[in-house]
Amino acid sequence: MTQITFEHVVKRFGSVTAVNDVSLTVGDGEFVALLGPSGCGKTTTLRLVAGLEFADSGRVLIGERDVTRLPPRARDVAMVFQDYALYPHMTLLENIGYPLKVRGVGKQERVERVTEVAQQLQIGDLLDRRPGQISGGQQQRASVARAVVHQALCFLFDEPLSNLDAQLRLEARAFLKHLQHELGVTTVYVTHDQAEAMALADRIVVMNFGRVMQIGAPLEVYRRPANTFVASFIGSPPMNLLAGTVDLGRGMFRLNGEEPAIDMSALFRRLNGKLTDGQTITLGVRPEHLMPQIEPSPGAIPAQVYAVQPMGGEVLIVVRVARKLVSVRLFRDEPPDLPHEVWLVPDLNMSYAYDADGNLLQ
Amino acid sequence: MNSFLMRSWLARALLFAFSVIIAAFFVTPLLWLITAPFNTQANLAVTIPSNPSLANFEAVYNNKFAMRALFQNNLIIGGGVMVLVAGVATMASYGLSRTHVPGRDVLVYVLILFSSVVSGTAAMVPIFLLVFRLGLIDTYAGVILVMTGGLLPSAIFIMRDFIDSIPRSYEEAALVCGASSLRVFRDVALPMVRPGVVVVAIWAFVNAWGAFLIPSVLLRSPDRMPASIASYSFYTEAGTPNLTLLSAYAFLYTIPVLVLYLIVNWRFGFRFFGGIKS
Repeated sequence: MTQITFEHVVKRFGSVTAVNDVSLTVGDGEFVALLGPSGCGKTTTLRLVAGLEFADSGRVLIGERDVTRLPPRARDVAMVFQDYALYPHMTLLENIGYPLKVRGVGKQERVERVTEVAQQLQIGDLLDRRPGQISGGQQQRASVARAVVHQALCFLFDEPLSNLDAQLRLEARAFLKHLQHELGVTTVYVTHDQAEAMALADRIVVMNFGRVMQIGAPLEVYRRPANTFVASFIGSPPMNLLAGTVDLGRGMFRLNGEEPAIDMSALFRRLNGKLTDGQTITLGVRPEHLMPQIEPSPGAIPAQVYAVQPMGGEVLIVVRVARKLVSVRLFRDEPPDLPHEVWLVPDLNMSYAYDADGNLLQ
Repeated sequence: MNSFLMRSWLARALLFAFSVIIAAFFVTPLLWLITAPFNTQANLAVTIPSNPSLANFEAVYNNKFAMRALFQNNLIIGGGVMVLVAGVATMASYGLSRTHVPGRDVLVYVLILFSSVVSGTAAMVPIFLLVFRLGLIDTYAGVILVMTGGLLPSAIFIMRDFIDSIPRSYEEAALVCGASSLRVFRDVALPMVRPGVVVVAIWAFVNAWGAFLIPSVLLRSPDRMPASIASYSFYTEAGTPNLTLLSAYAFLYTIPVLVLYLIVNWRFGFRFFGGIKS
């Protein structure tokens, strides 16, 4: 049973608070992705688990053990680094076998275990090469092999795919997910790529400015972002956010003082009692929940077509609404024939309202 | 147009002449060093010996004092300084590079400043007294320690550049693999800074090899004198150099340093010169 627990962890670098009161639990065998823009504290959080940084306050637990003050070697974790950190002066055999060598495993057993893991990861015939003599994808596998060769309590990944080209990244992504499933080892995975986090993780922790913005299963985070930061970070293109004022009496929503007001009484009824008349809110709608129509209708938002982008399996239409660009996604291969003036019908069951602080109203 | 061409031609000719003079200035002594030892009647002129002979080397070889200075004392002092400077500088600069000591950079710059401003010559009297009190006058250890002390600040400065250029993640990976700090240094950091260690070691060796002042002040017995002092045995009592023998001795004096450079060139290819290897 290896679960990783953070209890009110704070880490400061000088005047910068890199990790600000983070509490979370990674369950046994769970794959959790830490997601956020650069400088949000996700890598520091990971390094706090590894013991490469020490918390200023709060506790870090691996399993039942408090490891807050323990050095890395007392924690028994395995980590894959962004630059792989394969030792250039050692062969792959020595590199992958290094955690075993440090733990005093005999040479014979070391060679056997490294060979077994390397074959499993399809780098079995490269073991006498040095890191400089193999490709980026092979280096990535070698660094994963070094992590899995000894049975560590948990795996830590620090953006392990960001140095691969797009094609290899997709391959490696599937490979990592498959491997983690097979081994069933508790995993924390740091990435700034929301698609990677969605594809890999059982749960996503979205971070910004050292704080946890939302924790949830990928689809939960995608469907119901807890705040406008998560809404604008997850999804490609992200959720459309439209600011406006509420006219409760008439059930109308006015986009930043623009005319005409739009009938949103269905949404307001769902948020019964949460809204006040004249309140400024931000409406959040995913691109796939906006339906373009060529005729006006009640509740439709007037828009002008800006660009139509066929993507193969889907069509991405960018339109202009109240001087802002809004994305619309249609799941069809043929781009529709649209006039310049269109009306967007939002699916109000899949639309959300955020208050002035950016938090979800529910 | 014509005058313009003329002027540019003239400029090039002047530049060429200037280069020749500069080159001659540096090359002539080297030519002398190569030709004179094989000439039985060498003077200060560079002449290709009409009848090259090894007689000079034989005479030098028979000077037991000079030979011991070169092939025993110089190797002991040079080797000792090389090992101490490289070892201490590597560990010190690793520590300075990898730990967060307040005022660390200031400390390093003050060290460098002091070592370049306060030269060994100026500090010779206190150094002599210190070595005397320690009972290390007329010992190899005294010479080696004083020279090591003089070379260390610059050596640390050079090494820190090498160590700073190595990404921390290599060492962090080893730490997470379960290695202790000492083990990380031995298994990961040290092999990666090896080119830097070699540069510093050779630099220290060459410095010790040619040193004159410190051994001449700290050593007493002829048995322990290095070659730079022993070369005076090829001067007459009136102070006139015997150029014939001196040139042969100087030739032998340069060979170990040359050999060292060639070995390093063969092993490391000099790729580390010009700063940091990628």
